Amino acid sequence: MGSSTIPIRAVTDRSPAFEYFSTKKDELVGWARKFSLFPYPFVTACCAMEFMAVSSSPYDTDRFGAALPRFSPRQSDLLMVVGTLTHKQAPILLKVYEQMCEPKWVMAFGACATSGGFYQNYAAVAGIDKIIPVDVYVPGCPPRPETVIDAIMQLQDRIARSHHPILTDRF
Amino acid sequence: MMAAPSLDQVRRLLDVAPDAITVSRGMFVLMLEPVDLLDAVRLLKSELQFDLFLDVTAVDWLERSPRFDVVYHFYSTAHFARARLKVLVPAPDPVVDSLTTLYGSAHFMERECHEMHGIGFRGNDDLRPLLLYEGFKGHPLRKDYPKQYEQPLVPYRER
Amino acid sequence: MQAITLPNPVRPNFRADTGGDVIVNIGPSHPATHGTIQVIAALDGEKVRRVDVHCGYLHRGFEKECESHTWTNLIPYVDRLNYCSGLINDFAYCEAVEALMEIEITPRCRYLRTLLSEYSRIADHLTCIAASLMELGAMTAFLYLVMIRDYIYEHLAALTGARVTYTYGRVGGLAQDVPDGWLLRLDEILDQYEDFTGRIHGLMDRNRIFIDRTRNVGVISPEDAVSWGFTGPILRSTGVPRDLRKDTPYLAYAELEFEVPVGINGDNYDRYYVRMREMDESVHMIRQLMDMLPDGPISVDDRRCVLPPKHLVYSEIESLINHFKLIMEGPQVPAGEVYTAHEAPNGELGFYLVSTGGGMPYRMHVRSPSFVHMGGLHRLLEGYQLADIIPTFGSVNMIGGECDR
Repeated sequence: MGSSTIPIRAVTDRSPAFEYFSTKKDELVGWARKFSLFPYPFVTACCAMEFMAVSSSPYDTDRFGAALPRFSPRQSDLLMVVGTLTHKQAPILLKVYEQMCEPKWVMAFGACATSGGFYQNYAAVAGIDKIIPVDVYVPGCPPRPETVIDAIMQLQDRIARSHHPILTDRF
Repeated sequence: MMAAPSLDQVRRLLDVAPDAITVSRGMFVLMLEPVDLLDAVRLLKSELQFDLFLDVTAVDWLERSPRFDVVYHFYSTAHFARARLKVLVPAPDPVVDSLTTLYGSAHFMERECHEMHGIGFRGNDDLRPLLLYEGFKGHPLRKDYPKQYEQPLVPYRER
Repeated sequence: MQAITLPNPVRPNFRADTGGDVIVNIGPSHPATHGTIQVIAALDGEKVRRVDVHCGYLHRGFEKECESHTWTNLIPYVDRLNYCSGLINDFAYCEAVEALMEIEITPRCRYLRTLLSEYSRIADHLTCIAASLMELGAMTAFLYLVMIRDYIYEHLAALTGARVTYTYGRVGGLAQDVPDGWLLRLDEILDQYEDFTGRIHGLMDRNRIFIDRTRNVGVISPEDAVSWGFTGPILRSTGVPRDLRKDTPYLAYAELEFEVPVGINGDNYDRYYVRMREMDESVHMIRQLMDMLPDGPISVDDRRCVLPPKHLVYSEIESLINHFKLIMEGPQVPAGEVYTAHEAPNGELGFYLVSTGGGMPYRMHVRSPSFVHMGGLHRLLEGYQLADIIPTFGSVNMIGGECDR
């Protein structure tokens, strides 16, 4: 074994104390963010029926904190693309996505938003992930409300596990 | 409810060849020349009360000449009768007269027929794309337009 | 007639003279326009001077898809036209194909299709009224109506397997028969429906705010309505009692007793009330049909289009080949053309099919009521306030899948 220099890390950079507080902060902020999702329902097609059903009784999304739709992209953080995206509508989706502030998540609700569904022709975009990045894909045509709730819960787990820099780009 | 017009009544009213008017599955089917279209529709509307203009569409018979069948459907709210008009137009410059002077519903329907098939409507001055978007080249419902030929407006992102 | 062209903020290559009006763009991603319609309004203060309606944001190429799928494979596509009442689209399409093949469906199928059409009509009107009331601010009414609609969806899922887009009609009959206990549950749901709509009537009918917002708003005269192609509840709200179920009866409507509700003024209030009464009439029809439902097979015994029973498919070679050819090539429909119209919840839904023989259509065109209504929407919006655009639009019940296909 040759001699190897062990770099001495500065106290403020990646110290165990920093890591501990950063993790706890991420858990707290993640918990707050996951239970207060403000969806922007970008509704186009038939999945709207299931979106209406999942937002009202008996499959309430209010229990998950994701009930209050904010119809302005500036005020929302979860973009739910509900239904088929066509080429004519694509610039509008991109514009809405770009108007949302960080942190933002995207849910592709339904088969058409995930992959174009069974519309493989000149008019439909084969999946919204060709235009914007997607966090959760919800399969179904249209998905049952329980599937949507499962997707919201998986998204909430992802939000809880992820890193939430709020003060600087590391903390 | 007035009595539905009979086949002879329709034949006498529209001065066309007798075999141009037939009955198919409870509907009158009229085959007309493009020049006769507007007058025939005017007569149908005023004399026979075909007051609801349902639909205009086209069928592309690629190997046939004339290539397009422009198909109109009418309904009479007075005597519950239906009529189908067919006008054959040739390919390089398919133009028919517009029915916007007679029916308001013709505006949107002719716009759609124009952008899907390329049929021109003389007299309809608003033939902007309706279901398709500005910049879309070609007429998708023609048989020589490949179904999966997409013309995206937003460039696809790198994944 | 002068074309109305306004500058379209979304498509920058339109140019038009605005004449000092303020141009407001509503949509196409807007909660109240059902997500797919763009209404560009030229306003003088709050008053709408001119309106330019742009649809097509949900154009999914349905008619082009039709030319490359078999007749049976198209039933899921057809479902997604007016997705609020999927069964009516199925049955109208299947009836058009059956007309081309000259098949007569069995009595049980005929009555069941009528019953399910009326059931779907209730679901559609519930959705329309719920959405339009919510847009006016009546959240409670929305929750009540969506609760009943959810019971209907679960009930139809017990029959067809799906809640919203059923794919239940087949050429020559239906996919499967009603399970046991289905009709009992139907009876329960109809009773609960009456309870819930009683509450809605109590909340809305004589509500000062609702009347002020919807009476004399979005008025259209009967002549204008016919000229601009309006059919269905909108035409009936102007006082014209045209209903295909009464005028040119199809399925089992000739044997049912029902009334056709008409309005007096042609405004938003009348459209709301006509839809509420139509739902009551539908419930009345369903109750009659439940008593009249005959026994028997639900699919006609015609091997050209109906799949043979599974036990034969697995034991006889002829049935196996029949099944194979029906699935792979589709039912062979003789050459010809047909136009069949049904009274959909929005108006006259027509299917124009052109067949050249073979298992796939040559051309299919859908005469969709919502599309034609969008063509006449400007007559309902011009001259009223900006805030009236939302209730009027909601009362027209534009369904994107049907409008843009």
